[in-house]
Amino acid sequence: MRGLDLTVNDDESLVLIGRSGTGKSVTLKSIIGLLKPDKGEVLIDGENIVSMKEKKLIPFRRKMGMLFQNAALFDSMSVEENVAFSLREDRRMKDKEIKEKVAEALEAVDLAGQQSKMPAELSGGMKKRVGLARAVIGHPKIMLYDEPTAGLDPIVADSINKLIVRVCEKYKVTAITVTHDMTSAYAIADRIAMLYNGQIYFQGTPEEIQKSSDPIIYDFVNGISRDLPVLEL
Amino acid sequence: MVKFSRGIGAKTLLFINELGAMGFLVFETFTMLIFKRPRWYLMFYHSYRFGVRSQPVILLTGAFVGMVFAAQMFWQLHKVRLDHGVGPVVAVAMCRELGPTICALMIAGRVGAAITAEIATMKVTEQIDALRALATHPVDYLIVPRLAAIMVCMPILTAEAMAMGIVAGFLLSSNVLGIDPYYYMENTYRFTEALDVYTGLIKAFFFGIIIVFVSCYKGLTASGGAEGVGRATTNAVVTSSITVIIFNFFITFLLNAFFPKI
Repeated sequence: MRGLDLTVNDDESLVLIGRSGTGKSVTLKSIIGLLKPDKGEVLIDGENIVSMKEKKLIPFRRKMGMLFQNAALFDSMSVEENVAFSLREDRRMKDKEIKEKVAEALEAVDLAGQQSKMPAELSGGMKKRVGLARAVIGHPKIMLYDEPTAGLDPIVADSINKLIVRVCEKYKVTAITVTHDMTSAYAIADRIAMLYNGQIYFQGTPEEIQKSSDPIIYDFVNGISRDLPVLEL
Repeated sequence: MVKFSRGIGAKTLLFINELGAMGFLVFETFTMLIFKRPRWYLMFYHSYRFGVRSQPVILLTGAFVGMVFAAQMFWQLHKVRLDHGVGPVVAVAMCRELGPTICALMIAGRVGAAITAEIATMKVTEQIDALRALATHPVDYLIVPRLAAIMVCMPILTAEAMAMGIVAGFLLSSNVLGIDPYYYMENTYRFTEALDVYTGLIKAFFFGIIIVFVSCYKGLTASGGAEGVGRATTNAVVTSSITVIIFNFFITFLLNAFFPKI
């Protein structure tokens, strides 16, 4: 990334699109402090987190939730233990309260009663939903979604999109989603930003991007490859 | 020649870099161990995994090392009619060297490999990133409880290996090799001191720390999918085993300087 300049407003759902390898996931991981940019600033509520050490980042991370591309569930823990993780680590809630919160979060992602299952027993869509429940249980102010619909069939992908919208409305969170699934982007975005050559190439509403006649945007949105070689069989 | 020198230089820089990173990890872990609220449930869980579940392996190896050492000593000492020397030699060797070293090598293979494989898998599947995203420090959650567990378990396991080796050596010597059990025990008590036992336990304590740090570091720095996990695990076992053996040499002389045997 070079010269990336992006502002996300409170309670907004921003979708970051762009071709593979353009730095979408890197941007997302930089926002939560998992990666540090060589230069520049990442301002969360006006504070630059780039120069912060791991310990100082913890209060900022409590304000955020992240859904990873492959859900990144802790495979040695059950669904309940995964979802309850941040509450148990916080050590302020009693076990009974935690169990109630977990049940509530799992119900919100349509996985009621699945507490005892292990991640290995879940399908891809279920894993994402557990990951979502784990991310939202602490009521974060900012939600980050890394390719939430990657590898899912269209029906499950649509259910995840609806869940993301529901989470945004229910918990009043600011959402930043990285995807190259345009159906998903149109479904969840208030604003879409396109990353190209390490910079923000376009920003606008879903309607504006759909109407754009810029060849780079048009090709990406409609999935047209002009510069890639065609394999001869 | 230039290429060769560059290769050596690059390897040296990499080694210094790794040493520095390991130094930071050690500092960070001990700071958290001392100043942060302990996660008792994780410490007990890892103590069970490392300590209780390692016992069969440790007891078995301790017993066979004790017996084979007793047999070798007997075959040598018998030539000069010093059969009754077998007991103290086995006991002192088990306490000072064989017990802690064999135990450390077994733990490096059994526990160290498991630690690296587990942490490396978490690393390559983004579980460590998830841990950090959930506002949990990976060192605090993954390394501190494991370190606390091994610091308790390692001396206990070593004590068991020492005891098992001495008892097995005694049983073999008295029942198979024909050494008088009374003289065997009498000489063992006479020439084995509490300091011999303490020396072994102190060594074991430090060996445990080495194994945990090497294994955790290799796990945390793993990359490259399943192959990377395998490579990190192999590296961890080899590095911790070699480090334990080299460190054993230096700590032996250091302990001898503080508590001279002669």
